[in-house]
Amino acid sequence: MENEKAARNKKIRHAIMIIFLTLLFIAFVFPFIMVIINVFKVKADITANPLALIGKHGFTLENFPNAVKKMNFFLSFGNSLFITILSTIGTIILSSMTAYLIVRNNWKANKILFVLMIASMVIPFQVLMIPLVSLYGGIFGVLNHRITLIFMHIGFSLSMATFMFHGSIHTNVPISLEEAATIDGCNKWQIFSQIVFPILKPTIATVAIIDAMAFWNDYLLPSLVLGRKELYTIPIATKVFYGTYSTDTGLIMAALLLAMLPILLLYLFLQRYIVEGITAGAVK
Amino acid sequence: MSYKLKQYLLFAGVSTVIFACVVIIPFIYGLYLTFTSWDGVSRSKPFVGITNYVNAFADAGYWTSLGRTFIYSAIAVILVNAVAFIIAYMVTSGIKGQNFFRAGFFVPNLIGGIVLGYVWKFVFNKALVSLAGSISSGQAKSLLATETGAIAALIIVSVWQYAGYMMLIYVAGFMSVSEDVIEAAKIDGCTGTQSIIHISIPLMTASFVQCLFLTITRCFMVYDVNLSLTNGDPYGSSALAAMHVYNQAFVNKNYGTGQAEALILFVICAIIGGIQVYVGKKGEVQA
Repeated sequence: MENEKAARNKKIRHAIMIIFLTLLFIAFVFPFIMVIINVFKVKADITANPLALIGKHGFTLENFPNAVKKMNFFLSFGNSLFITILSTIGTIILSSMTAYLIVRNNWKANKILFVLMIASMVIPFQVLMIPLVSLYGGIFGVLNHRITLIFMHIGFSLSMATFMFHGSIHTNVPISLEEAATIDGCNKWQIFSQIVFPILKPTIATVAIIDAMAFWNDYLLPSLVLGRKELYTIPIATKVFYGTYSTDTGLIMAALLLAMLPILLLYLFLQRYIVEGITAGAVK
Repeated sequence: MSYKLKQYLLFAGVSTVIFACVVIIPFIYGLYLTFTSWDGVSRSKPFVGITNYVNAFADAGYWTSLGRTFIYSAIAVILVNAVAFIIAYMVTSGIKGQNFFRAGFFVPNLIGGIVLGYVWKFVFNKALVSLAGSISSGQAKSLLATETGAIAALIIVSVWQYAGYMMLIYVAGFMSVSEDVIEAAKIDGCTGTQSIIHISIPLMTASFVQCLFLTITRCFMVYDVNLSLTNGDPYGSSALAAMHVYNQAFVNKNYGTGQAEALILFVICAIIGGIQVYVGKKGEVQA
């Protein structure tokens, strides 16, 4: 009797939660739905009624090729991809190596580096942007290169990534395994690359997801470094495009959808790993 | 070369150089810049003493934007974490489709602030105006057209953007609270709400500290959504501190003053971060 009542209560509670979450979910996807239903309309229809599913002038696909051409979509997509991939790989390799050195050797230089890295996490980007432009633009003259941006991306993400690898090596890599490898004649580099690095796979995935998303979506730093049109990444291309065509609503909708599409498609396939990766990154 | 030096250079040499070039040297150089009046182009950087700090303290626009950032951050941080915590609780309670909800609420985090801002600009200016117009007969006005409305819009977008991410951290927190403890509390007569307040929340201090740290720093440095959603409009009334610093330097060409203002922002961030870590550590010991 008691059990039956408890089970019924639980059912009711779950039903209420599902209804609440569904309503919230609808509110959450509302902006995306607005973009999707308006991307297939002509400008006049969007102005007349942005909420209508189909406009009076019917269904159009014209916005897409126009937007692709005018925002130079494939070029900026390629730039974003190149910059994101190289920055992510660089961050992972360098930060995991640094973290390994710091965890396994209690040297003064290591401690200083680690403390500086942790302290630097509270520096807002606004403090560094003016000196960066002054140094790299004025003195070295290396702005307007994708490599410069990759270099800076790595520099900014090193601290957090090293911190995460530090924790992971500490808890997941048994020291006895390394000792055994030493006896077998491995040197430090071989131990790291053949034993430690493969064990770090889950953390590598987490760092890769968090950093790749940050690099792909970054606007302020790329906008300061990449001033030339042929170097634009997707966020910059969207910004410039919006400024030029902000009154052409249909075109804007297509551009926004195009800017979102690559990462949404990727998420569709890797969704489980991404959610798990972020969740794993949270437990420390 | 000694063994130590060789090992250091092999494993951390490149990292140290990049970290120094991108973070440490610019930070120190930035300190130096606050004592000069650089015009952004020329090689000469005349030394001007503390003029920039005097200007920064006299810049009413800066302090207004900073105050606004505080209000925006306070409200956004509370709402983001409240919403995230409630969702996290629900999607860990064993209901049907909880993985779907987890994946779904995370989606806004995938998309960059610039794009999000423009999407919401359309929603506020067109879709919601049209929706309001169809419900009531009068002329509806966009939320973005008024001062408080624009800040409210920024808060709404921030909650929408960050809640999903923080939800995942809270989900990890809920999952780390062991079933046995909750079960024991139930046997002792705890109701569901009681066990959340007295057991789950204290045991999740680490999650709270992490989420608060992340949301506070993100809110304090937000720039791209601010740029694309409101661009400081109407009449500069929604410009947050980061935007003010950017405009001071790159629009008004007052690099020295902009840098001094950025440094004040840093000091504030460092103080908040310090307090938070301190309070969080204390809380963890109690739990």
